[in-house]
Amino acid sequence: MKARVIVMLKDGVLDPQGDAIRHALGAMGFDGVEGVRQGKVIELDLADGTGEEEVRAMCERLLANTVIESYRIEAG
Amino acid sequence: MKAAILVFPGSNCDRDLARAFRAAGFDTQMVWHKETELPGGIDVVGVPGGFSYGDYLRSGAIAANSPICRALADYAVRGGYVLGICNGFQILTETGLLPGALMRNRRIKYICRSVPLVVGAAESAFTGRYSTGECIDIPIAHHDGNYTADEETLRRLRGEGRVAFTYADNPNGSVHDIAGILSDNRRVLGMMPHPERASDRALGGSDGRRLFAGLADATLPA
Repeated sequence: MKARVIVMLKDGVLDPQGDAIRHALGAMGFDGVEGVRQGKVIELDLADGTGEEEVRAMCERLLANTVIESYRIEAG
Repeated sequence: MKAAILVFPGSNCDRDLARAFRAAGFDTQMVWHKETELPGGIDVVGVPGGFSYGDYLRSGAIAANSPICRALADYAVRGGYVLGICNGFQILTETGLLPGALMRNRRIKYICRSVPLVVGAAESAFTGRYSTGECIDIPIAHHDGNYTADEETLRRLRGEGRVAFTYADNPNGSVHDIAGILSDNRRVLGMMPHPERASDRALGGSDGRRLFAGLADATLPA
């Protein structure tokens, strides 16, 4: 069983890396990019029976820093 | 007086920090991250700079969940003195011992140079030998030093006089120019600049010495 955790900076938190990517894309001639947010994807290979509650606890305690980041869990 | 210095895989300021403590009169003991207890009889714990666990996931995140950090949290809750510098500050925010978080620098560059700091709160063991408003030169060396916290936290930090140091000329985008903060009991200090790298004239500056001297004043046996 797999789960995928997507970690993003919260809305309103400045993302300097996303901004740098946006500038680079603009410099390459891609004019249509109005904003870029960069995040992380963490894939978990889970033993059968590992519930979403447990994955949520992993996110809260380690995978995301909820002061600045939000997360989303997708079943693999 | 005795200082324990935590050592993680990837710490690289641990020996400099120990040397600065020794110069202020402390005995020092290095403590490996897999230990589950701090040594007995210590007066302060130093959490050094570096790249614990290669900064994997987030700077300080994995170290914050190491066995020694559970002991560190207990020690801090009991009122122990804790000094976290650079990666040490990141670890202290990740453990929740200090509020807020340290994000990538505004201009996404690693910055390594001496910067002027303003002492924001002289009322602590760490800053007792400085004057509020005094300007000192201390080096920074970081990629993730852009401090952020929610409005309520910032109001409390400022209202309670817990902003220990601010940047005179903000290098990294840190909110309110914050370079270092104190816990609510004023016994935990986290700061991005490196006082241990300014603790001897041979290193190019000695403005950091008084931080360790202040801690020695506070922990000297009566």
